[in-house]
Order: sequence, then C-alpha cells, then structure tokens
Amino acid sequence: MSNIKEFTKGFIKENPVFVLLLGMCPTLGTTTSAINGLGMGLATTFVLVASNVVISLIKNVIPDKVRIPAFIVVIASFVTIVDLLMSAYFNSPGPNGEPSLYDNLGIFIPLIVVNCIVLGRAEAFASKNKVFPSFLDGLGIGLGFAFALLILGTVRELLGSYSFFGYRLIKSDGILVFVLAPGAFIALGFIIALINNLRKTK
Amino acid sequence: MAKKESTFLSMTLTLFIVTFLASLALGVVYELTKGPKALAEGAKKNFAIKKVTPPFDNEPNAEAYRIPTADGTDSLTCYPAKKEGKLVGTAIESYTMKGFSGLIRVMVGIAPDGTIFNTSVLEQKETPGLGTKMTEPFFKDQFNGMKPGSQKLMVKKDGGEVDAITASTITSRAYCDALQRASDAYMKGGRHE
Repeated sequence: MSNIKEFTKGFIKENPVFVLLLGMCPTLGTTTSAINGLGMGLATTFVLVASNVVISLIKNVIPDKVRIPAFIVVIASFVTIVDLLMSAYFNSPGPNGEPSLYDNLGIFIPLIVVNCIVLGRAEAFASKNKVFPSFLDGLGIGLGFAFALLILGTVRELLGSYSFFGYRLIKSDGILVFVLAPGAFIALGFIIALINNLRKTK
Repeated sequence: MAKKESTFLSMTLTLFIVTFLASLALGVVYELTKGPKALAEGAKKNFAIKKVTPPFDNEPNAEAYRIPTADGTDSLTCYPAKKEGKLVGTAIESYTMKGFSGLIRVMVGIAPDGTIFNTSVLEQKETPGLGTKMTEPFFKDQFNGMKPGSQKLMVKKDGGEVDAITASTITSRAYCDALQRASDAYMKGGRHE
C-alpha cells in the first residue's frame, strides 16, 4: 500500500537530515545531548504533522497566488503553540538546577518556522494530496528528522561528555570538541558517510 | 472542488480569514498556558533562591523589591528570605556584561551583615568546558563567606583574593563583577532590618 510508503520514506530513503541535508541549523545547533536532539525533533514533528493536516484541508479554498503566505501563517501559528506549550510544561529545572529543556532549546523552537523541511513538505506534498497521506507524510518525515537528531545527539553526548541521556558513564571531562560547533560538523559528516555506504551496498 | 480564482477580493478575504483564525487559536492557547507558565517560572526562581539563602519560611517571590545599582543606571530585583519574620538573607538577581560571550546572570545570596552566603548561575553562554566551570563548586564556593566590603572581589592576577579558573580569567573576572554589583547595590539600598 502506498500510504505506508509515505510514512516509511522519511527514515532512510528521504531522511531530511542524512539524505536531503535539510534543516541543518537546528540539526547542528541543538544536538549537544541526546535529550535536546530528541526534544527538538519531536517539537518539529508536531509542527510538521499539524501544519500538513491543516494545509491539506484548506488547500482548495486558498487562491494560488497567496498560498505561500497562508501556509506560513498556519506554520507560524503551530510553532507559537509549541513554544507556549513547552514554556508551560517542559520548563522545570533538573534536580541539581540544570537548565530545563525549554531553556536548552531556547531560540531554536521559534526558529522551527523557518525550517525549510516544514514549508517544503507543505508546498511539495500537503498542498497536492489528501488529508490522510499528508498526515502520514508529516509524521514520517518528522520522525525521520527526530531520529536523525537523536542519533547525532547521542553520538555527541557520548563522545563530548561521556554520558548517555544525562547519565555519566565515565567520570571525566569528555572530548570537548564534540560539544562545540566543529564537533557537530565532524560527527554529522561521519554519520552521513556511514549511511551512504549502507545505502550503496544494499 | 476546483481551485479558487486569484482575484483581489478572494485573496484579501482568504488571508484575512486565515490570519483571523490563527490569532484566535493562539489567543486560546495563550490563555490555557498562562497559568502553568507562570507557575513554572515561579518554581524556577524559587529553586534558585532556595539554593543561595539559608532555610526560610516566607514567600520571597511575593515580597520582591527593586534596588538601584551603585552607579544608578539600572536596578536589581531582591528577594528577602525570612524565617519566623526575621530576615535571614536576601537573594539578589545580578548580572554582568563582561563575560567571554556577554551576559551572565547570577543569583547572589547575601546575609544581613553583608557577607555572601551562596551564589548560583541563572544564565550564561560561556565556552563549554572552560568558562562553564564557574558553575562548579571549586570555583563558586570560594565566594561563600566573603565580605565584599573588607575583601577584594578580584582575581589574584588583579590583586584580589579570588582563585581564577585556569584558562578562563575573563569569565572569573565577570563573575566577580556580577557579585560586586549585587553587593554594592545591597549595601546602598537593600533592607537590612
């Protein structure tokens, strides 16, 4: 069934980060730890699914010439909703006063609105397809994005601070460069190389 | 259903309806999250106050007041911590712009006699692994019990009594600056009763 394909294509074949290389700004900026990467990925998934569904519902009543502004308004509204929800429910500090998930992601949550994946799916898929395939497309691409950010975040956290989801594995400082921006590029490069290799040998 | 024609009227009307519905939805969500958001912010602040003052039994958030800084260009928020009606310490939300990456916000707890009780970083953008060490006890706990009036809040390189973080002298200086700002303002305008 083709609907299932709409869902699964986001993970490997059309993975927005590893294959299409879209949305690099949040990918490199927020993946300092696994939990940050996962949080960012799931927030983006919510926006993708919700905006895909709404845009595919209203696509027939929007005149062609103003469709992009209308889509942007829909996307921006859902981003603001995510921002408000996260500031209310994901904003408690850790037991030792570590900053909350909302504080860690900071400006990157409002910036989901300029993430090209979201507008890309709205324009390329949701504005041409029915509601249910659009929902699956948003969910698949979103979870593929979250999955990529989770992998990158886990690798950078393991190497950069020797911990896994906040649990320290080795009592030591870690390889500092992986927490900083250059480490994000290096880790991403190696992961893409690995994925390309896997795709080729298949 | 066929695509709608892009006439001036239909475009204006559609955009108006879309933005109107969007703002309506945002208004509803804002109202729904206002309560929990304020609660989360309050809890975060209370957490920081608790860390830098002796045990208290009042509501410092409700009794907060603002005092001008020593040079008079800005003001800082003070949270008085009281136990059985007696002042045991004041948490002051201080800041410095001299950090290696700009702003650092610090909560400074000052005992009624002017000594520093404890400090806690609220916000910083320093280099991970170098400047961020200022949040670790080996650096920040050396300020506990210092009296800025009689002891110099400066790194040893500058003739003070503070051990700087290796390779992060700028961050260490900035931390001293934030504490000095809180202490100066408190000595001038804080309530000591």
